[in-house]
Amino acid sequence: MAFAEHPKQEILLPVKRSFIALSLILALLLNLIPLQGLALASWPDFIALTILYWCISQPQRVGISAAFAMGLLMDIGDGSPFGQHALAYTIMAFAALVLHRRLSNFGLAKQAPQIGLILIAGQLIILLTGLLGGSHFPGWDFFLASVTGTLLWPFLSSMLRIPQKPRSDSDAL
Amino acid sequence: MTPQFFRHGPSLLARLVFFVMLSLVLMAVDARFKYLVEIRQAFSTIIYPLQKLANVPQTIYDGISEVFSSGDLAEENANLKQQHLVDRGQLQQLRALEVENAQLRKLLETAQRVETKAVMAEILRVPHDPFNRKVILDKGSQSGIQPGQVVVDDIGVIGQVTRGYPFVSEVTLITDKDHSVPVQVVRNGLRSVVSGMGKDAMLELRYLAVNTDIQEGDMLVTSGIDGVYPPGLPVAVVSRIERNSTYVFARVTCTPVAGVGHNRQLLILSMLTPVTEIPADAIELEPESRKREKGGVRRTP
Repeated sequence: MAFAEHPKQEILLPVKRSFIALSLILALLLNLIPLQGLALASWPDFIALTILYWCISQPQRVGISAAFAMGLLMDIGDGSPFGQHALAYTIMAFAALVLHRRLSNFGLAKQAPQIGLILIAGQLIILLTGLLGGSHFPGWDFFLASVTGTLLWPFLSSMLRIPQKPRSDSDAL
Repeated sequence: MTPQFFRHGPSLLARLVFFVMLSLVLMAVDARFKYLVEIRQAFSTIIYPLQKLANVPQTIYDGISEVFSSGDLAEENANLKQQHLVDRGQLQQLRALEVENAQLRKLLETAQRVETKAVMAEILRVPHDPFNRKVILDKGSQSGIQPGQVVVDDIGVIGQVTRGYPFVSEVTLITDKDHSVPVQVVRNGLRSVVSGMGKDAMLELRYLAVNTDIQEGDMLVTSGIDGVYPPGLPVAVVSRIERNSTYVFARVTCTPVAGVGHNRQLLILSMLTPVTEIPADAIELEPESRKREKGGVRRTP
């Protein structure tokens, strides 16, 4: 009975290493787009989303070290203290790796709120390191990025799944 | 328990602890010491092409809007010509004044005014970091940009270059909470230091006594005492003063005059003549002055 509620699991093709790298570079590119004001505050963290997706679907390939390296690149891009994003991404990747069996049992829409919690946890770490560095509280719109990230999750993960879709129907003769 | 041959390297928890420690150490080292400059520069060179690429949509948008706005060009040209004429007239007066000023200074045997050179730069991106007020400019050490140079727009001071990378440079805005600019009130020559508050379009003058002669609307310009900012650049206008006799200091809030946060083209100033020459005996005295400095006065970046 319990199994009947599970979404239909598709059998996907193995992921190419180059596709993972390409998706991470594209995520970095999206994070580096120049924006200002509310658009900047609500712009989701594409690197966090992409790393979470790969940690859940390919836990053997993408893990904490990749998250750490992407975090360092993001720290340079943002001019933030070296290691701030790295710390946040490391802990987010850990959470995703621990939860990946549980999360992959849910459909994309049901995964989204759980991903949202991980995103908020990551932002809290960045906020905490910022406050320890002597900054002011930036205001509640700081967390808008987690909300938009949560809303984007189903679309982003179905897009990252497209290249792994089997080309032809394997049941056909 | 997993058999040995199914394991993949160190356990998840061990990796987590390792990388968390590593990032904490990196943050501490980056905040306190200057060892990571080369590493930051290497990483910056890696993401520079991506930064350029991420700017392409903006560049295309600018190009398209330029094409569509060509109807206004004639009008804009006429306005600019008129402005140019007015400016020329004022510039002629300025030249005469400059010569006169130099002669007077020579007579009084005071130091000559500072000459500056400007390099035009464009904002590449505004970092997605609510804790720091910084912008990334598209000129770096390859174009001769050094940390410490002053960044202005057509109206006043924007900030200061704090990190130089090969192709880009990082500018800390005057509104950053760690940033201070030595200023002077134009009306009466009162010297003070204006500091950022980490908020948009807000600066404050700290440690001014309640009875200080300062008024709303007072213009603050750089005093040039620090040897970093050339003197006379407009910085801010006093917007609000709260005098409460129960406190020792007045709360003075100012608004920056320059378009901190909404300009795309900026000027990076480099000084051709050093503002202040360090006297030889000051270098000998340095150990003592350093001891005094440890007493708690924090240096502004």
